[in-house]
Amino acid sequence: MKMNKRMTRTIAIFLMVGLLVLGTMTIFAASPVELNVSAAASLKDVLMDIQKLYEVKQPGVKINFNFGSSGKLQTQIEQGAPADLFISAAAKQMDALDKENLIVKKSRKDILTNQLTLIVPKDSTLNIKDFKDLTREDVKQIGCGAPESVPAGQYAQDVFKFMNITDVVKGKLVFGTDVRAVLTYVETGNVDAGIVYKTDALISDKIKIVATAPEGSHEPIVYPAALLTNAAQPKAAAKFYSYLTSSDGKKLFEKYGFSVKK
Amino acid sequence: MFDWQPVLLSFKISAIALVFVVVIGTLIAYLVVRGPFRFPGKDLIETLVTLPLVLPPVVTGFTLLLLFGRQGPLGRLLNNVFHTQIVFTPCAAVVAALVVSLPLMYQSAKAAFQTVDRHLEDVARTLKASETKVFLTITLPLAWPGLLSGIILSFSRALGEFGATAMVAGNIPGKTQTIPVAIFFASESNDLRTAGFYVLIISAVTFIMVFGVNYWSRRKMQRLNGRG
Repeated sequence: MKMNKRMTRTIAIFLMVGLLVLGTMTIFAASPVELNVSAAASLKDVLMDIQKLYEVKQPGVKINFNFGSSGKLQTQIEQGAPADLFISAAAKQMDALDKENLIVKKSRKDILTNQLTLIVPKDSTLNIKDFKDLTREDVKQIGCGAPESVPAGQYAQDVFKFMNITDVVKGKLVFGTDVRAVLTYVETGNVDAGIVYKTDALISDKIKIVATAPEGSHEPIVYPAALLTNAAQPKAAAKFYSYLTSSDGKKLFEKYGFSVKK
Repeated sequence: MFDWQPVLLSFKISAIALVFVVVIGTLIAYLVVRGPFRFPGKDLIETLVTLPLVLPPVVTGFTLLLLFGRQGPLGRLLNNVFHTQIVFTPCAAVVAALVVSLPLMYQSAKAAFQTVDRHLEDVARTLKASETKVFLTITLPLAWPGLLSGIILSFSRALGEFGATAMVAGNIPGKTQTIPVAIFFASESNDLRTAGFYVLIISAVTFIMVFGVNYWSRRKMQRLNGRG
């Protein structure tokens, strides 16, 4: 009996160790050329579309996207997350990586521009027409990106400051982890209004755009892109990068409401 | 220099949740262990209460969002009857903390009640003690060590709740930004100093609490065994 018990235990331990080894091997298993692209959350839909076309054109390449707030992606890259190409929604994050020599300096380029819009749920009855209406008492919660890490949140703060409404709206802000989270807050009606990019607003039919932030009310919204110094696939990344700025890429970006630089 | 608001808020939210957790958890556990009748759905209730312990907190958060969101059944009810909403309010943080810490209280209370010798309760009953008196003077004191560790564990869990909280309560400084949410956002925005500071605080607090309850219950056990 005792012997039996010991044997069962030994077998169990071996099985567990075996499983662990197997699991680890699967994780590190080799695969074809995999490109890791870290991109601002607002680029999600357009890049997924571009990916479909690109993977048909370049069958040997598999693109893995990592979407999130530009601030989060910056932190991840600094901490050594695998990334070959980074597209940020603001210069701040790219500047930080530049300073730490994590991007290939000469590859940096502002590729896109965007606009900031005020959106409300489609069935909203609050009659919000402009950023100034956010100060009204019946507007209780406003979704916007966390200004420290979400560029759309930074730009929104600029607009509040420009309109002189920062103090009034301060207590109503619900901070999302990225701009798409804010879009969801508004789509589900859990906040009364939200501030997202025009391009985010265009992809959703559950919200309506009520105002666009006037020019000069915030820092210009530019999307800088750059290849990363620690890229595992620098050649494939450069190729994909040039595809993004080609006329094919341009067409798609414009289809989603982005303006292409130059 | 550092913002203490998330710390205070975490304690406040966890304390409020704890009140509900202790009452509900103890009650369900008592009914399950000592219930006078086998009520239907006993296993189902037990499973439902325990589930948040093993489910990913985002699943709990997602479910709560579906229930309490403005379009969810409970959210609509609250909006129509009380004209309020709880998503993205401190109230949502309390609900999230409650749901995820209830299993710990329930499990501890259940184990505690199971160790109480039924005969002692019966003896009290033969001495004409009322059920309430039996519970208050026999069952409760004997189950107390288990209940206390349940209280401490569920409070620590509530303090550390992040996934569900971030989903239903969001990140509103001073209202729903608890320590874990503050840690997440600080580390996302590369503010590792602030994140580290909150990490230290919450680790220290939970360490002291869990260490304390373990130490206390071991001493208590030794005393009991020594006497036996």
